[in-house]
Amino acid sequence: MKPINEMKLQFQSHSVNEAFARAAVAAFAAQLDPHIEELADLKTAVSEAVTNCIVHAYPHSVGEITLRAQLFADGLVKVRVRDRGVGIPDIKQAMEPLFTTLGGERAGLGFAVMESFCDRVTVTSRVGKGTCVTLVRRFDGRDADG
Amino acid sequence: MSVKLSSAPQRLTIALGGEVDHHTAAAMRLEADAAIEAKLAPKVRLDFCDVTFMDSSGVGFVLGRYRLVSSYGGQVEVTGLEPRLYKMMRMAGLERFVTLRKKEGKSK
Repeated sequence: MKPINEMKLQFQSHSVNEAFARAAVAAFAAQLDPHIEELADLKTAVSEAVTNCIVHAYPHSVGEITLRAQLFADGLVKVRVRDRGVGIPDIKQAMEPLFTTLGGERAGLGFAVMESFCDRVTVTSRVGKGTCVTLVRRFDGRDADG
Repeated sequence: MSVKLSSAPQRLTIALGGEVDHHTAAAMRLEADAAIEAKLAPKVRLDFCDVTFMDSSGVGFVLGRYRLVSSYGGQVEVTGLEPRLYKMMRMAGLERFVTLRKKEGKSK
């Protein structure tokens, strides 16, 4: 199935861009006429994915983050967040709730939140090459509650 | 992003406003901790009533404040939680450490 619309963003891994990325995706996905809660779910998941790039992929440097969003006619949204950072040695472990390599203020919930607010989350990663997270979410839309 | 402080004899209230993410939480943490350490109140209330967005950084924020407040024997209460925020904090198992209260009323 081909997307009905698509956009790409490239931005640097400054933490101030977390808000930019989720707002941009929400503004783009709004054309599918989602329910406000559905849009908030997507924003939260995108925020987690982008934060992971900033905190984990580029821990000591500023790198590029590429985000692609695709919209489909049946209300499906696909968001791909890609970095060229350090990569994840053990994806299964990284996705376990409460697992964190950082401790302190990080709750270790990033992937758990993405999974909870999306229909599907796919992660591919190569150590030293980077990570690609794909979020898939279906919007039922505003019509659902009249 | 905003942090509003108010205090009663036994309680410090820290009201957060705006969007809570990894970026904004850093500044919120500094303000909150300065107030907590200055007052050492037995009860610290973190109010999320005016929070318009939160990701898991908000959970980390609560955990961090819990650690600080419990280090001197105080208790933490989290109030004003929208259903989404409440769900995330429950998912993290925060109610084992702090009291979680949903946003009141607001009929819809």
